[in-house]
Amino acid sequence: MQHPSKETFMATPAPARPKETDWTKPAAMAIPKDGYFTLEKGRYGPIFPKTPACHGFSVVAKVIPGREQAIRDYGKKIEEAVKADPFVLAPLRLHYLRWILFDVGSGLHFMYQGIFDTDFDKYLEDAVALFVKTGITTVFVNLEGWPEDWKTNVAGVIKFFHDHQCPSFLEYGEYPYVTADEIKKALKLKAAFADMLDLMQ
Amino acid sequence: MAILQQSLTGRNEDGALELEDIQHFLMSRPPARAARYEFLTFRSAACGRAWLMGLIDKVGTAKAVGSNLVDSRWVTIGFTWNGLRALRVDEASLATFPEEFRQGMAARAEILGTTGANRPDHWVGGLASRDLHAIAILFARDVAERERCRQEHEHYLVQCEGVELLSSLDLEALPPFDYAHEHFGYRDRLSQPVIEGTAVEPTPGSGPPIKPGEFFLGYPDEEGPAAGMPQPGILSRNGSYVAYLRMKEHVGAFRNFLREHGETPEQQELIAAKLMGRWRSGAPLVLAPDKDDPSLGADFQRNNAFTYADTDPNGYACPLGAHIRRMNPRDTAVNMNRRKMIRRGGTYGPPLPEGAPEDGIERGIAAFVGCASLVRQFEFAMNVWANDPNFHELGNERDPIFGTQDRTFDMTIPKRPVRKKIRGLPAFTTIRGGAYFFLPGIRALRYLASLGDGH
Repeated sequence: MQHPSKETFMATPAPARPKETDWTKPAAMAIPKDGYFTLEKGRYGPIFPKTPACHGFSVVAKVIPGREQAIRDYGKKIEEAVKADPFVLAPLRLHYLRWILFDVGSGLHFMYQGIFDTDFDKYLEDAVALFVKTGITTVFVNLEGWPEDWKTNVAGVIKFFHDHQCPSFLEYGEYPYVTADEIKKALKLKAAFADMLDLMQ
Repeated sequence: MAILQQSLTGRNEDGALELEDIQHFLMSRPPARAARYEFLTFRSAACGRAWLMGLIDKVGTAKAVGSNLVDSRWVTIGFTWNGLRALRVDEASLATFPEEFRQGMAARAEILGTTGANRPDHWVGGLASRDLHAIAILFARDVAERERCRQEHEHYLVQCEGVELLSSLDLEALPPFDYAHEHFGYRDRLSQPVIEGTAVEPTPGSGPPIKPGEFFLGYPDEEGPAAGMPQPGILSRNGSYVAYLRMKEHVGAFRNFLREHGETPEQQELIAAKLMGRWRSGAPLVLAPDKDDPSLGADFQRNNAFTYADTDPNGYACPLGAHIRRMNPRDTAVNMNRRKMIRRGGTYGPPLPEGAPEDGIERGIAAFVGCASLVRQFEFAMNVWANDPNFHELGNERDPIFGTQDRTFDMTIPKRPVRKKIRGLPAFTTIRGGAYFFLPGIRALRYLASLGDGH
């Protein structure tokens, strides 16, 4: 197996379509202010590029005063939903999700950050449908700017996510561009090899 | 009386389909072997409305087409957003139509992936023009009936000064007529969603009936009650959006490709099947992975009765990137019921005889995709299923038949022990034009025809 001889840290200039990527070589990408290098139109807005840290979003919104506890309680709900059905969030093709509450002097804010393998724009309706189904949306009713008619106004919900998405200006991947599926395949293979070696003893 | 009641309240109390108010087009497929599409522009609103008024009685309703089998022609009328504006629908109403429809297909080309040779500046027939206002779709039992109707409409247009024909397209079914197929030879019209409330039984594997609101405005859809309809309700109710695509098929290039990648006729058939996901007979690879089975292809009780997730997860039978696996991923996609579309259309141009070299004559498919939301249904299918290189994590592939191809994308054919990868796929099809139309209900057609200039 090949190992990186030297860890390189390089700012990659806008790879338009990273067809061949080398997971052995850690990579970082500095991203322009708008969140993309060239404007590529998606169905609902600009397409954000895939970076060494895959696709992702960071949705930041202000919490309606007095709703902090409601948001914290919601953490338990999602924990239980995933316990009940470990694959409930599978359609989102996630690596990681992080929910954060913070106040740096401008009131309490909520950040919902995800790293996943699909383009934010492409599966937005599926994500919104899943949010509604699992109750993820219920946390958003505690945020300023969330459409009151969200149950029937998918376009409004999509607009909220677009309006509150803060694109990264720098992203880094220790094993760049690798999908969660590839990682799971590799771990499965490793387990299968271990089993095979055990059987050969 | 109940119908009158509905028209006054704009509601249908029991949610049943108002078949007498819905244009037949997406509801039923009459036995037509010929068709003609006429693309029209209105030089004045009054002329456009007069033209429409004189045609409304000829428009086939879902109810009439469903019950009257002796008819031999079926007329459908649709408008672009510019067309609704040309008829003087007021600006407040126009603004309530969804953004993608307001912009029109040409403006959405980048989103659809119709780039390169498929770009709107190469389109024919004035389809990318803002002057495209309306379409009159005629399906006829045979070519003679189509010709009779063509002349009739031609005479009618002479009386409607100010309504001009931008372009037209004649279509004919390809022989042999015993089953529908396109120029590459693939059996067509194999899977079609069934609309809830139409009493049509879905064939095995076609999935449950789909709520009418996925195709007709004003009805509950798979998510819940109708919401966000264009206003006024009389204009939008019972209407549908259709995306029109005229797609040239490069039959010579397709056959050359098969010869290049298959030494024997059997190998060539297998390559053709791997691109499509079905043998040209219609038999699905999931059920007939090694050898064609024409009787399976022709049997509607069996030819859709398959899924992918358990039977063929790695694509050894049907490649992950095959046309039918992309355009209908069945149980390997979520929310499939929100992505269903109704397809209509046919073939144009003469068939290229087997063994004949490419003759340069344009031939292809000119089809309509009907839905209630262009952005959620049609544009998703184009943007993701047809043209997302990373669909199913394939990395660098597009739909091998329908996607925008320029010899930079590949096709992976999973195979034991080692997969076959065809690099740099040529384009087998080119989009020659397209447009978004709104097909109003019958009451809405009357509403449009009776608008005043000051409305």
